Amino acid sequence: MSTDAQELDTVRAGNVSKAEGPPKGAGPLQRREARLAYAMLAPTFLIVCLIVLLPLAANFWISAKPVQLADLRPPETNVSERVRANAVQAGDTFEIRYTIRNSSPRMGLSDVAFSDDVPGDVRMVLQDERCTLSDNVISCVLGDLEPSARERITIEATAERDIEDVEALLEGSDPSATGSGGNVLTDFSFTFENFRRVFDATEFWNVMWVSLAYTVFGTAGALVLGLFAALLLNEAFKGRAFLRGLFLFPYVAPVIAVAYTWVTLLDPNSGTLNAILLQMRAIDTPINFLGQRYAEFSLLGVPISFPVALTTVIAFEAWRYFPLSFLFILARMQSIGVDMYEAAEMDGASPFQQFRFLSLPQLAAILAILFLLRFIWTFNKFDDIFLLTGGAAGTRTLTVNVYEQAIGLSNIGAGAAVAVVVFFVLLTFALIFFKFSPKEEG
Amino acid sequence: MSALRTGAIIALLSGLAWGALGMIIIGVTFSLVSGEAAIPPVGRAIIAALVGAAIVLATPPSFGERRRLGYSAAAILGVMLVLTLGQPFGLPLSAAPLLQFIALVLFVLLVAWANVQVLTGVPVGAMPRYPFESALIRILKGAGLVLFTVAVFLPFYVMVMTSFKTQASLLANPLDFSIDFSQGPSSLFRSYTDLFREFNFGIYILNSAIVSVATVFLTLIVAVPGAYAVARLRFPARDLFAQSVLLIYMVPAIVLVLPLYAVFSQVELRNTLTGLLIVYPATTIPVALYMLQGYFRGLPAEMEEAGLMDGLSRSGVIWKITLPLSLPALASVALYVFMIAWNEFLFAFMFLDDPAIFTLPRGVASLNSSELPRELMMAGAVIATVPIMLIFLWLERFMVQGLAAGAVKG
Repeated sequence: MSTDAQELDTVRAGNVSKAEGPPKGAGPLQRREARLAYAMLAPTFLIVCLIVLLPLAANFWISAKPVQLADLRPPETNVSERVRANAVQAGDTFEIRYTIRNSSPRMGLSDVAFSDDVPGDVRMVLQDERCTLSDNVISCVLGDLEPSARERITIEATAERDIEDVEALLEGSDPSATGSGGNVLTDFSFTFENFRRVFDATEFWNVMWVSLAYTVFGTAGALVLGLFAALLLNEAFKGRAFLRGLFLFPYVAPVIAVAYTWVTLLDPNSGTLNAILLQMRAIDTPINFLGQRYAEFSLLGVPISFPVALTTVIAFEAWRYFPLSFLFILARMQSIGVDMYEAAEMDGASPFQQFRFLSLPQLAAILAILFLLRFIWTFNKFDDIFLLTGGAAGTRTLTVNVYEQAIGLSNIGAGAAVAVVVFFVLLTFALIFFKFSPKEEG
Repeated sequence: MSALRTGAIIALLSGLAWGALGMIIIGVTFSLVSGEAAIPPVGRAIIAALVGAAIVLATPPSFGERRRLGYSAAAILGVMLVLTLGQPFGLPLSAAPLLQFIALVLFVLLVAWANVQVLTGVPVGAMPRYPFESALIRILKGAGLVLFTVAVFLPFYVMVMTSFKTQASLLANPLDFSIDFSQGPSSLFRSYTDLFREFNFGIYILNSAIVSVATVFLTLIVAVPGAYAVARLRFPARDLFAQSVLLIYMVPAIVLVLPLYAVFSQVELRNTLTGLLIVYPATTIPVALYMLQGYFRGLPAEMEEAGLMDGLSRSGVIWKITLPLSLPALASVALYVFMIAWNEFLFAFMFLDDPAIFTLPRGVASLNSSELPRELMMAGAVIATVPIMLIFLWLERFMVQGLAAGAVKG
């Protein structure tokens, strides 16, 4: 209520000050509108912060920490109980051995303790001062446990009656253990090792070049194919709608389906493409399209090593994403007025001249935007190469390297360090593009 | 250059293009359909097509299209049979005679027809630039259409056909995609029945459907008010917000996946569909918001203002005026988001370990093992592809709009 009153006051004040000119600053209605807008945007803002911005920041944090994949499971106290006896008679003594283990190979545990039920028919002799016995419950306090450390507590026990299977009797009750471990994700241990590993690796620059080649040629390929496809379908003819639908298939189908289909199609042993080429006598031996790093041959005496697998994944990229460029370019082409072409025809411009001097300049803006967006998205692409080659045979890009380091080599920290590199390369591209791109894009 | 601008050059290119393309495509298709190991004689097919082109060029225009076609086709057939010694596909005529006959007739007619289409009105000698380039473009367009169609269609054809074969027969003859209908449906569809019976693909379809539909609803519930605010309401930093939404969209998933993996592991959201339902909307909300606000801006504000004047609240205006007006846009966004969620691989692959809650892409990924035959993997790919394709073909108009508007994403 009080805010309403204040707003009323401001309204009155505004009316009064009319003589001195229009009101300055935000009026009450404007402020109410802004509040409403913020409320409506709050869920988006919250979700984007939680699932995009926070992980982005967390990635930087992790990249500076010694985190292995195994560390994600917090360290636990494992207790196992062994009894080395089977049938015992009253008065027999036997050993109960508890083994307490820290499950984590890298993090210590503190306040380790466990307790276990002791059956009434068994009397324990406690020699270990860490253990106490009360109400048929044995509890031992061990304190700290080093990473992967193992402690044994051996207790002598005497049977008070004949027990047929003392092992089953005692091991029937599982000991319960407690212990608190640090969390390597939230503690304050930092390392520079991850970045050193990433940049030291001799393959880093190799990975970098592969990423760039994949991005540049994949983007350009998709763009050129899209331009051709749009030129083919620009004029109306029977079956155009059908072909337009068909041309979108590679993009609409799940990436896993088309990637595995390419793997099947290109297989050197049972692949259809190799079989076709062999049948046509175009090649003598099957080509391992996705498994061969280089094909060596000499052109006019100059030895050339041609990157086979990399070219194949670039071809896949162009094949799968040309539909997007195609859609955009086709839409732009259809919006170019026909009168300009009519005028050009009157002036005697040939078809190629019309394309070169009319269509291309009209399409330049959309081609530039497409190149920019596709460039960034191709650089970000992970699924395609991962599913086709898994990063083998000289196709490991930065994004695949993130997975390789984090999951393949179980080093989350190193993976995050590569992800940081990805982020900064991307940021550099984005800055360059925004600096040099025409302002009207919006 | 202008010395080369003759009809003869056009005829040469036309013969080359159609002879090679026609023989490769029809010869290979014949192999795939019949299972016979045909050896398409491409070089001789080009010669035949060149002879056909020369005849089209030589016959005067007064002959009429049908007569030129007939002469040209007869010449192509004759040259083909003579040069290949009666084996037009490198096979004795007795091998799959009916299919071979059909293939030969198709080859001859298509090449003859394509030559006539390109060379109609083309003289033998020098040509002006305009008709010369037009004829050249006819060749390029025809060849382009054929090549694009084959390049797009072939992988899908291989996907479907492989799922009906067995590993052994594929290894024996990778070209044989003939389907043996005599084996009965139970054997023909064995891969599919295996997937549903032993690999829980029924559950995967259900999981994928649940996740995708829920993602669509969550996305729309959050993005619609946000988009409306950005499109209609005035507030400080509005433009900044609208632009940064797109920037958010440029953040690569691979950068987000590790921290989310780490955190979700610790809070036990990792191996759950709930985890996916938190991540998927977060990746689709920005683009949905961007697409919707563009559409909302295009709607006439006067109608909403009239609604406000008549006493509707803001939410009433959105619900009763804005949303009914933007149903096409909502359909586009919903389909686009559905497609993203249905096809999503990275998060599903990283997060899901438990086969009971696999989504389809994760399920297909689990079939990629050297112990499992290829046709199972391809059958899985078909199962993952068919639903989204059906939706695409059914609602292509909306889907295309959605793709065009949201295609900033890859």
